[in-house]
Amino acid sequence: MCRRDQTSSLVSYLAPESIDAIMSRYVVIRNQPDPLWRATTVFARVAASAVVIVTLAAFDGAAAQTANQPPDTMAARVEACTPCHGNKGEGTSDVYFPRLAGKPAGYLYNQLLAFRSGRRKYPPMNYLLEFLPDPYLEAMAEYFAGEHPPLPQPTPSEVSKEVLAQGELLATSGDAGRNIPACVSCHGPGLTGMQPGIPGLLGLRAPYISAQLGAWRYGTRTAKSPDCMQLVAGHLTEADVTAVAAWLATRPAPANPAPVPKGTYALPFGCGSQPN
Amino acid sequence: MGSKLSIAFLALAALTGVAQAQDKTSDKPGDIIARGEYLARAGDCTACHTAPEGRLFAGGRAMPTPFGTLYTSNITPDPETGIGKWTADDFYKTMHSGRFPDGGLIYPAMPFASYTKVTRADSDAIFAYLRSIPPVNQKNKPHELRFPYDNRQLILGWRTLFFREGEFKPDPTKSAEWNRGAYLVEGLGHCGMCHSPINALGGTSQSDAFKGGLIPMQNWYAPSLTSNREAGLGDWSIKDITDLLQTGVSARGVVYGPMAEVVHNSLQYLSDEDTRAMAVYLKGISEPSAPPPASSTLPTTESSLLISLGKTVYDKNCASCHGAQGEGKPPHWPPLANNQSIEMQSAVNPIRMVLNGGYPPGTKGNPMPYGMPPFAGILSDNEIAAVVSYIRTAWGNRGTPVSAREANELRSAPLN
Repeated sequence: MCRRDQTSSLVSYLAPESIDAIMSRYVVIRNQPDPLWRATTVFARVAASAVVIVTLAAFDGAAAQTANQPPDTMAARVEACTPCHGNKGEGTSDVYFPRLAGKPAGYLYNQLLAFRSGRRKYPPMNYLLEFLPDPYLEAMAEYFAGEHPPLPQPTPSEVSKEVLAQGELLATSGDAGRNIPACVSCHGPGLTGMQPGIPGLLGLRAPYISAQLGAWRYGTRTAKSPDCMQLVAGHLTEADVTAVAAWLATRPAPANPAPVPKGTYALPFGCGSQPN
Repeated sequence: MGSKLSIAFLALAALTGVAQAQDKTSDKPGDIIARGEYLARAGDCTACHTAPEGRLFAGGRAMPTPFGTLYTSNITPDPETGIGKWTADDFYKTMHSGRFPDGGLIYPAMPFASYTKVTRADSDAIFAYLRSIPPVNQKNKPHELRFPYDNRQLILGWRTLFFREGEFKPDPTKSAEWNRGAYLVEGLGHCGMCHSPINALGGTSQSDAFKGGLIPMQNWYAPSLTSNREAGLGDWSIKDITDLLQTGVSARGVVYGPMAEVVHNSLQYLSDEDTRAMAVYLKGISEPSAPPPASSTLPTTESSLLISLGKTVYDKNCASCHGAQGEGKPPHWPPLANNQSIEMQSAVNPIRMVLNGGYPPGTKGNPMPYGMPPFAGILSDNEIAAVVSYIRTAWGNRGTPVSAREANELRSAPLN
């Protein structure tokens, strides 16, 4: 059932998983397990946890870095991402490239894995990630999740008031008769998402949201089963997509844009990206 | 009755004793499987026989070719859909002769023209390893080849022209290390599959081995391994070569495109000794004197305009990593000055790198590589042509300018 679950059971707060816990679950290196790969994993784990330290060191007058080596930071390593996603993952003027900053690391990691395997199709991303190991993708996800550039000012919508109202209705209440859940039932009352796998929907432009809903409908974007967004998008009409995308893009930044902790609220139905 | 039983027990005990003694003396089963796994990596079997997100060696990966799409086969030990009923003889025949156990002809997308050089002992080890992995019941997908290429008898013609069956023969005038390198490069490594020019019939002539060529369907240029003007390694140090092969980055340049896959799946797993042997061999086959590059087809005025715009584009977008003089910060930010990959006659690779950027593979030796941003969305065709012309001719580089049309054509090249 796609109706919003009103169960008010108190779900205890779960601390975000440690890198080690995530690693132990995800360390199935592509193709073949290999003892030597473990060394890579350990290295990457250390490197991932060292990111903060290294970044701090960089502030400290770039000490310990020789002049002829690139900075040993994640920021330098993800420069390949910045022309499309912005220096801190804040997005760029291109409305089809999404903001990455501040999204839950689990969500970003899932997307990186999906691009690498081709489960989510976008050739420039599929190509860039093809030969990068899991621990490194996880470090990239953590990096962008930890960046918090301010959300952009929403742009005035080009659609009519009626369309915006329809978008608001779908996003906040859904349409039980058509099996369409409200966006807020999973993405949160503040639309800021929930740890570890549900993204916030703020700071995205209407064309991007619309394109993604289309990608689910046409199967070029898929996620782990049950692929909840594919189910939801399958129930939307073109008009629904336009309305929801337009309304979401008008939302102003909330006081606290951080995703809420895991288990803050119960999902109305199963979602492979956010196992219970 | 009792005595018979005792004799039977004794016999059983004796048999067990023999089996144990055998295990103790050679410790073979585990050894041969581990060696087979290592050799399967050297042969990069997984690149084709494991589909993205698919089960290990269960096949089903689509291989686009100029003649249609081939689907790779299941080589797990499943008796119905894999190679569970094969014998070691069958497997050797496939590797050595390019024929199925029933004598059927195998499409030469399977690099049996290289694998024919593999020794019987190594073939047996790979087979033992493949027998040890989990069987996957997954039927092979039929190939989708266009007429007339769907007729397997045509392979006979291809074989006559391009296939020379026979195990590797060491060159007694060379060192054991050189020969080991040659065996790996020419055999399991099947480097010639990409690094030799492919003609319209999908074949490579022996005399053109390792002379470089455009990889069909992928639109990447696999440079010559013999010409020092391309990827010939004659003036590289052994350390730079082994760094490149094992970690994907080196002081002289990094791997990208299809070679990133080879390092990722295969070369990074090879031992220091084998990597060094390959480096010694590769350095050895380079030709010191190479013909000068063809002169540019662009008019001089257009070239100089391009190069002057190119410097502006370079200083703004590239110099922060690659340095004002193209010196880079090797190994992670590769130098562009004196970088063969940029200077060689085909400009396909440098244009594609500017358009699409890229990451070297994540490897044991370099698990968190630095990436190059894609500039396709930032620079116009003219600017791409300009900056590539600039880096191909600046700082003593001996490449030639490229046109905006060449840059534009590669915008639609397949990315993966």
